[in-house]
Amino acid sequence: MKKFIFGSLILSFFNFGMIGCTGNSDKASNDSEIRIGQFGSLTGAEATFGQSTDKGIRLAIDAVNAAGGVKGKKIKLITEDNQGKPDEAAAVVKKLITQDNVLALLGEVASNRSLAAAPIAQQFRIPMISPSSTNPKVTEIGNYIFRVCFIDPFQGPVMAKFAFEDLKVKKVAILKDLKSDYSLGLTEFFEKKFKELGGEITSIQNFQTGDTDFKAQLTAIRSEKPDAIFIPAYYTEVGLIARQARQLGIKATLLGGDGWDSPKLFEIGGEAIEGAYYSNHYSTESPNPATQEFIKKYKEKYSETPDGMAASGYDAARVLVQALEKVDELTPDKVREAIAETKDFKGATGTITIDQNRNADKEAFIVQVKDKGLKFIRTLSLK
Amino acid sequence: MEDFLQHVLNGLNLGAIYALIALGYTMVYGVLQLINFAHAEVYMLGAFSIYYSNKWLHLSDHPGWTSFVISILIAVMVCSLVGLTIERLAYRPLRGAPRLNVLITAIGVSLFLQFSGQAVFGADPKLFPQVLQDKDLIQFGQIQIRSFDLTIIGVSLAAMALLHFLIHHTKMGMAIRAVRHSRSSASLMGINVDLMISLVFVLGSSLAGVGAVLVGLKYPKIDPLMGMLIGLKAFVAAVLGGIGSLPGAVVGGLLMGLSEEMVVAYLSSTYRDALAFGLLIVILVFRPSGLFGKYEVEKV
Repeated sequence: MKKFIFGSLILSFFNFGMIGCTGNSDKASNDSEIRIGQFGSLTGAEATFGQSTDKGIRLAIDAVNAAGGVKGKKIKLITEDNQGKPDEAAAVVKKLITQDNVLALLGEVASNRSLAAAPIAQQFRIPMISPSSTNPKVTEIGNYIFRVCFIDPFQGPVMAKFAFEDLKVKKVAILKDLKSDYSLGLTEFFEKKFKELGGEITSIQNFQTGDTDFKAQLTAIRSEKPDAIFIPAYYTEVGLIARQARQLGIKATLLGGDGWDSPKLFEIGGEAIEGAYYSNHYSTESPNPATQEFIKKYKEKYSETPDGMAASGYDAARVLVQALEKVDELTPDKVREAIAETKDFKGATGTITIDQNRNADKEAFIVQVKDKGLKFIRTLSLK
Repeated sequence: MEDFLQHVLNGLNLGAIYALIALGYTMVYGVLQLINFAHAEVYMLGAFSIYYSNKWLHLSDHPGWTSFVISILIAVMVCSLVGLTIERLAYRPLRGAPRLNVLITAIGVSLFLQFSGQAVFGADPKLFPQVLQDKDLIQFGQIQIRSFDLTIIGVSLAAMALLHFLIHHTKMGMAIRAVRHSRSSASLMGINVDLMISLVFVLGSSLAGVGAVLVGLKYPKIDPLMGMLIGLKAFVAAVLGGIGSLPGAVVGGLLMGLSEEMVVAYLSSTYRDALAFGLLIVILVFRPSGLFGKYEVEKV
């Protein structure tokens, strides 16, 4: 008898447990909130990328929630830090999808981390929007992967055109990061266009993420006497490269891409980075009303000037919100379709139309480093 | 030719820094037969001590020799303290334990400091305060000799000379050498062995502190994992010169810096780190005791 009571007790516990379980998973999908996952480099060597993007995304999501949310539901943003490591990015994205049951994903800035996360998002059929990964391979992973920025086959040639036509530069040396997909891609597209225009690439030197000494490569570049050095890399290394180039007495103009965009660039690069040019997703001096409105809101909330990563993060979040508002049913498939239909969206970084390859067709902003800030030079497109 | 001379100059600069850190490894090894893996983290903490003390002292607002000397003193003090603490807390309790246990402890301390550093200082790189201004001193054709280059080589040499003087021309140095020779006979002669070992840690860590300031000036990006690779390379430099030998560490460090620079300049930067560890393997095969090491037959 005792045994029987004990057994049934255990059974009932078991039952309760089961009920609890099913109850939980129901809750996750039928919640009064919409779960969105964000992954980024909040710490690590490119920490300002993740932090700025996060601020931009939060600005957009908080505004939506303050206005009542989407379809009466609040958006819950679940943020995961990947420490700037591709394997960590893959791990946190898996966690966001399988444990947090997110409906869509926002991230990453660095192309190699987006490339690590995208196959997982594609496998689980969860739409993912990268705010500012420019390597073309990212969206080629599959039909669930989008981006709201231009791609390197555009950014590289734009910089080549600007160097050749505006700066009248004829000889360029390239210093690229062997370990970064972003750097390799940008180098390839820049080199091709620059040669096409009739310019000369004196040499391509290599380094690796995390290196601190670039003097050997720069000494080799110095003897080639280039007019400019193109450095497709992230701001931490760029700052050090600029310093060492000037220490070696190299006077060539320094050129780069959106990976330079960070307030830390001026800190690490100091005097040496002054006068350098790079292509970016936006400029604070752009007359575009959507841009100015974003800058005003951002300054009100964080009391600092947003960089390009913040603007791209803001746009990625707003493109996603627009898609959420459009769909009749909140499922990953429907959201994916709605994102793919994004057309003429007025974003902080310009007008966004998602093309058939799930990339955004936009113009690039060329900016120059001046007095520890950025001066807007011009916008450029290839048409 | 101009390029070659510039490469030599760059390589010597890099090598001087490796030599400073290699000396710390080699000194501890000479006395304790222990590879103190935590040495690289002492160096990292030295760099961060300047970063944080600058927030109070604002040394980078008045760059110059005074600020530079104050920074070196701060880094040396902090590093000595850290070295002493590590020795007292982690290594001394294991004095009688098998060598392998101490070695594993050393690796543990190293990892503990690396990741505590990430938790406390944050993993993002920080800018090392520029306490000394870099000036263009001499120019031969395209070759630039800058004040930093001379400072690094000069200060390293001075620190090494001071170390040589302390070890070979003072009573304390004699005691340290006695402990290195035989710990038990030294203690029979009335030498306080524990005190001498502590002193060795203080001296080695001080050099790491000097190295931290010099590296910080030259490559102003610091982060909690900055010691990892430079520490490994300095360790290889120490083995290359013959671990336990002071001149060996200096020569090993300079060779290491020079060959690294030449590999990047004339081969490819991909081989940069491969070279360091390739060298280690070659040395261990052909000269197990290193360039200046004494070959000792171990009796069973």
